This record gives sequence, C-alpha cells and structure tokens, in this order.
Amino acid sequence: MQFWVIQTLNSLSLGGLLFLLSSGFSLIFGLMRIANLTHGAFFMLGAYIGITIMKNWIPNLWLATLLGGVAIAIIGGLFERFVLRPLAGNSQGQVLVTLGVSLIIADLCLIVWGGDPIPIPTPESLRLPLRVMGLMFPAYRLAVVLIAILVGIALYLLIERTRLGAMIRAGVDDMQMARGVGIPVSRLFTTVFCLGAALAGMGGIIGGPIFSAYPGLDADMLPLALIVVILGGVGSLVGAFVGSFIIGFVYTFGIALLPDLAYVILFLPMIIVIAFRPRGLFGKVSA
Amino acid sequence: MTAGVLDKTKLAWWAVLAVVLVAIPFLMGDFYINLLSQVFIAVIFAASLNMLVGYGGLTSLGHAAYLGVAAYLSAWLFLKMGWSHLVTAPMAIVGTTLMACAFGWIALRATGLGFMMLTLALSQVLWGLAYRWVGVTDGDNGLRGLTRPAPFGIDLENTTAFYFFTLLVTVIALAMISRFVHSPFGAALKGTRDQPRRMSALGHSVWMIRWLTFVYSGFWGAVSGVMFVYYNKYIHPSSMALTSSAEALLGVIAGGSGTLAGPVVGAAIVVLLKNYVSGYVERWNMLLGFVFVFIVVFMPEGLVPGMHRLWNKLRAKKAVRDNAAGGGEKV
Repeated sequence: MQFWVIQTLNSLSLGGLLFLLSSGFSLIFGLMRIANLTHGAFFMLGAYIGITIMKNWIPNLWLATLLGGVAIAIIGGLFERFVLRPLAGNSQGQVLVTLGVSLIIADLCLIVWGGDPIPIPTPESLRLPLRVMGLMFPAYRLAVVLIAILVGIALYLLIERTRLGAMIRAGVDDMQMARGVGIPVSRLFTTVFCLGAALAGMGGIIGGPIFSAYPGLDADMLPLALIVVILGGVGSLVGAFVGSFIIGFVYTFGIALLPDLAYVILFLPMIIVIAFRPRGLFGKVSA
Repeated sequence: MTAGVLDKTKLAWWAVLAVVLVAIPFLMGDFYINLLSQVFIAVIFAASLNMLVGYGGLTSLGHAAYLGVAAYLSAWLFLKMGWSHLVTAPMAIVGTTLMACAFGWIALRATGLGFMMLTLALSQVLWGLAYRWVGVTDGDNGLRGLTRPAPFGIDLENTTAFYFFTLLVTVIALAMISRFVHSPFGAALKGTRDQPRRMSALGHSVWMIRWLTFVYSGFWGAVSGVMFVYYNKYIHPSSMALTSSAEALLGVIAGGSGTLAGPVVGAAIVVLLKNYVSGYVERWNMLLGFVFVFIVVFMPEGLVPGMHRLWNKLRAKKAVRDNAAGGGEKV
C-alpha cells in the first residue's frame, strides 16, 4: 500500500513539474508558432540559479523560486527580443536558433556549476512526511502538486478572465485580425515568452529537491515536455495540464514497475493519441 | 548529374577529385586518413538527412536515432548474440529501416513544427532508452569490444583499407541519393515540399511520397550508423543525443539544404571543426550552438548556394565588363 501511495504522489509531483514546464511551452507555441527548444535549458538554468541564490544570499526555497523565475524571465525576454525577433516569419530558423541557444546554455551551466549533481535542500518545514491512517505522505511532493494546481488555476484565470488573456487568446486564434484591431501583438510575444520562460525556470527550482540540478537535466526534461504537449495539444492549457499528469503517471509507474523500459512506455500514450487525434487531446489546431 | 557527364570541364574536375581521393592515403599520415573516413561517414549521414530536410521540406530533429539504432543493433548482435558481421550489418540496416517505417508513420501525422517536435521526441526517447536499458546497451559505459569486418579477406582494421571502404560506400550512397532526388519521384518530392496542396490536387499521394522518403532517409542513416560503429568500434548513448542530430542538421544547413554538394561540404566542415576545435578547447557544444545561431541568422541558405550565387554574380559582372569593353571597341 505504501508503495502505491508513494508512487502515486511521485507521479502527481512529476506531473505538476511537467505542467510548469509544458504550460509555458504550449503557450509560446500557441501564440508565436515557435517550438521553443530552449525550454529544457531554462528549466535547468532555473535550478542552477535557484541553488546559487539559496547558497549565497537567501536560504529560502520559495523566495529563491521567485527570484530565479524573475531572472529566467529576463533572460527569456532578452533572448526573444534580440535573437528570435529578427527572425520573425521564419519559424524553422527560429526553432533552429532555440536549439543552438539551448546547447550554449547547457554548456555554460557545465562551465559555471561543474559536472556533479548539486542537490537543492528540501525546505525545513516540509521535510517530515505527513502521517495519515498509518501511511506516510512525503510533504514536499504534496506541496509541489498543490503549487502546480494553484499555478494552473492562476494561468486559467489569466487566460480566460483578464484583458491580457483575452488578447493572448485573440492572438492564438487569428494573429492578423488581432493586429488589425490594435492588439500590440509584438509586446504580447515578449510577455508570453517571459512568462513561459519564468514558469520553466521556477519549475526547475521547485523540482530541485526532487531531481537536483545536473548536466543533462535539460535533455531529460525537454522530451517529456514535448510529449506532454503533443499529447495534450499545442496551445491548450487544459491539454498541458491533463497531458502532464498522464505522462507523470506513465513515467513514474513505468520506472517503478519496468525500470528498463520506462522510456518505451512513454511512447504508448503519444502513439495512441497521435494515431487517432493528431492534434492532441485538447488541441484546436494540429501542430 | 547525367547532363554533367557530357560537360568536359565538369568531367575533368570529377577526374581530379577522384585522383586526389585515391591518392590521399598514400600521401598523408594515419591521422588525416582517419579524419577523412570520419568525414565520409558524416557525409553519408548528412546526405541522408538532406533528403528529408532539403528535398522534402521536413526538418527532422531526430535523425541521430537511425545512426544510433543501427550502430547499437549491429554492436549488440555482434557482442551478445555472437553473430558474424555478414549477418549483423544487414540485420542492423533492415531493422533500423523498419523502425523508420514506424517512426515515419508517427512523425508524418504532422508537418512543419509538429514534425520537428515528433522526430525530436522519438529520438530523445531512444536516447533515454540507450542510457537506461542497461541490460542491453550497457548504459553509460557503452558497448565496447567490437571489431571491423574483413570482407573478401581485406582486413578493415587497416586504416587505408577502411578509408577505401568508406569512400566506396560514400560514393555509392551519394550516387543512389542523387539518382533518387533526380528521378521523377524526386521531382514529386520537391513538389510536395513547395506546393503540397497542388500536388495532392494533381492526384499525388503527398503522404506516401513523404513516408517513402522518410524510410529511404532512415535507410541511409542506418548505413552511416553501421559505418560509424565500424570506425569507432564503440557506441555510446551520446551518439544518439540531440547534439548528434544537431550536428548533422548543421552540416546540411551550413552546406546548403536541397543541394547534393551542400551536405558534403557542410558535414566535412562540421567534422573538421569538431576535430580541430576539440584539440584546443573542450567547449564543442557551445561552439556548435554559436555556429548554429550564426548560420541561421547570417547564412540561412547555406555555403554552397551562397558561394554559387557569389560565383554567378562575379561571372555576370565579368560578362558585363567584357561586353562593355567589346562595345567600346566598336564605337
């Protein structure tokens, strides 16, 4: 029983982290038509920056998460403005540039932080597991799930209930009309890119106590995010949410039950969805 | 190509190139011969990717999957099953091509960015598998203890023999790929790249054309993988990583996608750069990233078309000058 409880919680917390990563990816893709391959690198860079903040200045995970998120948002914004923007209209070129930059960031992390994994300590207050009915529930993982759900609700409200969200939806549905009615699409691009990057970076820090920060974290996370987005449908927040938890469960239980083949099992939901619904579960348009 | 045979200057250039390539092993040291063998293998790999990227307009970010799977299959069958090279090489190539059939079916559910993401996701999953399925792949240690085959009693452990072997395979590969893209099927493929809807209105099965190209591209990717594992006598998951796909793609794009010479030039540049630079600095990945950004931003059409355009411009200028000079005498 304890095994199932732990694995379920692990699945949920991985799903939550994947949601932080893939919701930004999906928003960026939906609005800007860019498959942002630096997203995995932002996740890893976020983890490293979080560690540096905690070690040198503020030993508080939550504050470090916020500050790290801001740092990644700034980096993302600069990248969008000065590298991606000149290539507007050439989406293949943009994707290749994000690939190039992800290689650069990964190598920079290796130079700055070295090759050994750096653990991020779990916050003091969440170190002890909760005990309910004789079962142990790791408190930190519960907190991660909670955060992901809160972020999900916040994003949903942002997209569906605010003026900014309405502009983003308009941009996703019909870019030219949006421009035509006076929506500052260009500024919107930067905003959404910063937001997506910040979410990925914060995901990296919050994921730190679970994964640690290590070289290759980006390459481990990026395919998971891609699969989530392919599964859930590009540009769809609900799709990213559902897809994240599906992949969280499939991957965690895959590793627990069939450790050698966990990666093959990842294929299955993707292939099933792609076969019957190429646009993904909740996607409006195919990629 | 076929028209080029009639052209005497072109024929002369080909002859010079052939003589140089044959003479190199007798003039240079082992280091350079090995370097060229690596270039040839990278050329096959990049040329196979170019069929998709350049002629099909389908940018695959996961081409290393075919190189890697073919290499792993060949190595695994040899080491763990104890089969001879005569069996393992065809098995590896056929197996990988079958995988390309399946992957093509999945990836071609989408085009454009969706295709990129699917190919990347598929290859990254295989990369993760290579790292973690330790029982089969030996994980991070990689598979070692491999040998090169000795066809017709010629031992390919010999550097020069291996050079000529890879040269032969490369020439065959490029000839076959050239034949492919210049065939009516190749014309149809270019049609699906430029005007998919019109092609489909004309009654071509766009999906089938793309899928067959995908499979054929996977086939040559597999061949390069078998050559790769023969050269290194070792295979590690990193050969399947995104970096490896990116290197091939950089070769294609830097040289000029959609041309036959482009991937040859591009792959050669990437291999030479990698070998020389890694002699001085460890930061190959970073350099790869910067070159990527540079090429995309400043030279999106690639070196070969870029140089071609420059050459034509110069010739046009010269012709104009000659004409002007000629006209001047008359007046």
